[in-house]
Amino acid sequence: MAEQAQKTYEAQMHLIQREMMAKYFDELTRLSEGESGYPVHMLVSGNPVELIRAFDMVPVYPEVNALQIAVKKQALPFIQKAEELGYSIDNCAYVKADIGCFFEGRKAPFGTIPLPSLILCNYVGCNVYLQWFEHLAEYTGAPVFNLDVPFLRTDSEEPSAEDITYVVKQLEELIEVCERLTGKSLDHKKLERIVALSGETGELWSKVKELTQRQPSPFDAYFDSVTLMAPLYCLRGTEECVQFFEVAYKELLEKADAGAGPLPEERFRFVIEGPPPWPYLRIFREMFSKWGAVAVASTYSTVGGLWEFGFRHDSAHPLESIARHMLQWNLTNRSLLHRYQQIRRYVEDWSADALIIHSVKSCRLFSAGQGDMREYFTKELGVPTLLIESDLEDPRYFSEAQMRNRIDAFFESLEHKRIIARAAGS
Amino acid sequence: MTQVTDAPTTGLDECLAQCRELLSTPVGEIAAAWKRSHPGGKVVGCFPVYTPVELIHASGALPLGVIGGGNQLEIAHADARFQSFVCSIIKSTLELGLIEKLNDIDCMFFQSICDPARNLSSVFKRNFPQMTVEYAHLPQAMGSRWALDYLVSEYRRLLAILEKLVGHPVTDDDLRRSIASYNRARSLVRRLYEIRRTEPERLSLTESYVLTRAGTLMPVEDHIRLLEKALVGLSQRSAKPKDRIRVITEGTFCEQPPLELLEAIEEAGCYVLDDDLLQGWRWFLDDLSLDVPPLQALAQGYLNGGVYSGTKHDTREPKAKHLIDKVAAMKADAVIILAAKFCEPALFDYALYKQALERQEIPHLLLEFDEKMWVFDRIRTEVETFVESMLFE
Repeated sequence: MAEQAQKTYEAQMHLIQREMMAKYFDELTRLSEGESGYPVHMLVSGNPVELIRAFDMVPVYPEVNALQIAVKKQALPFIQKAEELGYSIDNCAYVKADIGCFFEGRKAPFGTIPLPSLILCNYVGCNVYLQWFEHLAEYTGAPVFNLDVPFLRTDSEEPSAEDITYVVKQLEELIEVCERLTGKSLDHKKLERIVALSGETGELWSKVKELTQRQPSPFDAYFDSVTLMAPLYCLRGTEECVQFFEVAYKELLEKADAGAGPLPEERFRFVIEGPPPWPYLRIFREMFSKWGAVAVASTYSTVGGLWEFGFRHDSAHPLESIARHMLQWNLTNRSLLHRYQQIRRYVEDWSADALIIHSVKSCRLFSAGQGDMREYFTKELGVPTLLIESDLEDPRYFSEAQMRNRIDAFFESLEHKRIIARAAGS
Repeated sequence: MTQVTDAPTTGLDECLAQCRELLSTPVGEIAAAWKRSHPGGKVVGCFPVYTPVELIHASGALPLGVIGGGNQLEIAHADARFQSFVCSIIKSTLELGLIEKLNDIDCMFFQSICDPARNLSSVFKRNFPQMTVEYAHLPQAMGSRWALDYLVSEYRRLLAILEKLVGHPVTDDDLRRSIASYNRARSLVRRLYEIRRTEPERLSLTESYVLTRAGTLMPVEDHIRLLEKALVGLSQRSAKPKDRIRVITEGTFCEQPPLELLEAIEEAGCYVLDDDLLQGWRWFLDDLSLDVPPLQALAQGYLNGGVYSGTKHDTREPKAKHLIDKVAAMKADAVIILAAKFCEPALFDYALYKQALERQEIPHLLLEFDEKMWVFDRIRTEVETFVESMLFE
């Protein structure tokens, strides 16, 4: 029943999304086939894509490629290829799938990945990124630029003046690199315009995310957010990205006003922490849908930027605003304790009944220490919390029966508590 | 214990016995004993890999290596906080805190080495509110003109935290004196490594390791005296070379293997000419300058005068170049990658090392270890087989 309801919701935003993503991947394929241009390998999490676009260079995201390989259930042979080369079974499988794919012809499900003109390691939090791009630089021989973003490491949640200066100065060095590579000078007006577009996108995305505070939530903030995250990351800073979010906001607002949600009945609202198990996305979703459970907020949807708490790109201060996005306003550069407070705010302001922690082996940035997170939410805050384990890429770590049992038991117990509470109240 | 000599070297033997005893003493007890003899003194725990210990020393606090729980600690609580796929040192260090074995440590320094270590610093902060927990971001933009200024500012931030901890300011002269002391200690450790490189029969890996590790557990002045005495003893020691292969180990910069594992590698037929054990405590290849402002000297040393490390991503040269160069310079026969189980930096490096070593036709062996391990027969057999394949090929 629920499954059917999900499939039937197909609005204009989905059509536009597919069209614009196809266009983006076609461009990558053309570049891989020799069309002139400057593909820049970079990372989704808090990045300076505005600057790259100002030089008409094309961002290529190995994470997005790895993700799509997983969704299309093509990951395992690539992972095994990387393991043959010497990568460990315990290394991040995003990296292994991407590197396996690189050595097998660079054909990702939606396009062919071009060789990079520049490897821009906008290292934001995740140390594995540094290694991933270090390896890609060795395999491709392309120039590499490590953009070092100091971790947000103080309790204040504010980067220091020195941190901001350091990142801005490196952005200026990056501008020099791009100017040398493309033979063009930076067009400051163009950069300001692109930053302004990112600001508008952030505003719309933030309004979209506020809609899930409604009851019922008009969409699932985990499973449906994926549709919105692809343009947000791959096409941020373009006119068409803003137009897409205008349509998305309008349609989702209409849904919210009509009291419609992704399921026939919203019975439980949860916050979810951690990336999805991409190879089993549909099965995983169904495990929650059958309980009438809807994600009203997710930390995963903030890996590339955290806009819902007020951050906007500011065209009056383009480089500083890009630096702040990387330093402060994305999940991966914030500490685990900052994340606890982010989730706590979601639980309170988005009126959630529970927290689900999906612990993935590959991404230790997300997962290492999530047992402590469970401790904090259950013991200190009294929020019912379930911790389940699998992986975001490697299908060998997904145990469907075990996962289903744990999710069923959790929601049964939530339901039981609700019945008892109702009985006590009546 | 590995026997490498038949000559009497009483001073050296005493030093080695003292080191072994210190290594088997729980780190919390060492902190407590130091505080008894230094009333009002503060102890700062240093998690691997590299901590700017000079800053701590200059403040009058004791920098103390908190490098996991070894193979004498049972993990009973920390595995509920960190999952099965996280390396042991993260869990054993947390366990020490949870069972109140770090109560005499006033402050813990963590650095930007990997994702689990970073998250551990957060978990420490939440679970041990009485402790000052600090996380330092060491730069990864080695080629940037701005990395030096940034790192100086980061050291200044750490220094302010230390000044608050000890309750008095730290002067440039304090810092210079500390740099001079650590320069001296590191030069003596470099002398140990030189002996292993040139006459490995005179000093075993395990002996050199315990002499170095002792420096993480005592004031630097005491370590200098210990090393000076040990080196005098070593100069009187003679030993005949054995029929062993000459290897370099790599990948052991963070979690440390049990001594029995190091002994097993040697006894299986290897002279270990060089390693990256306790790399952060030996970081600099030469003395730091005393002629420039001290924070700048430390920052320059980190960026440009330091070892190649699995946690410092210096893209100015290929990852395996330092290793290949070292094999050639030391005329080593082979490389053993000694990586901690689940250590992503070491395991990622292995992929590039393996490909480069194969291109150069340098024999190599991957050994994964866990600080908690206490059975070594399988690893010994594996190394023996590797050695035999080379000796009798």
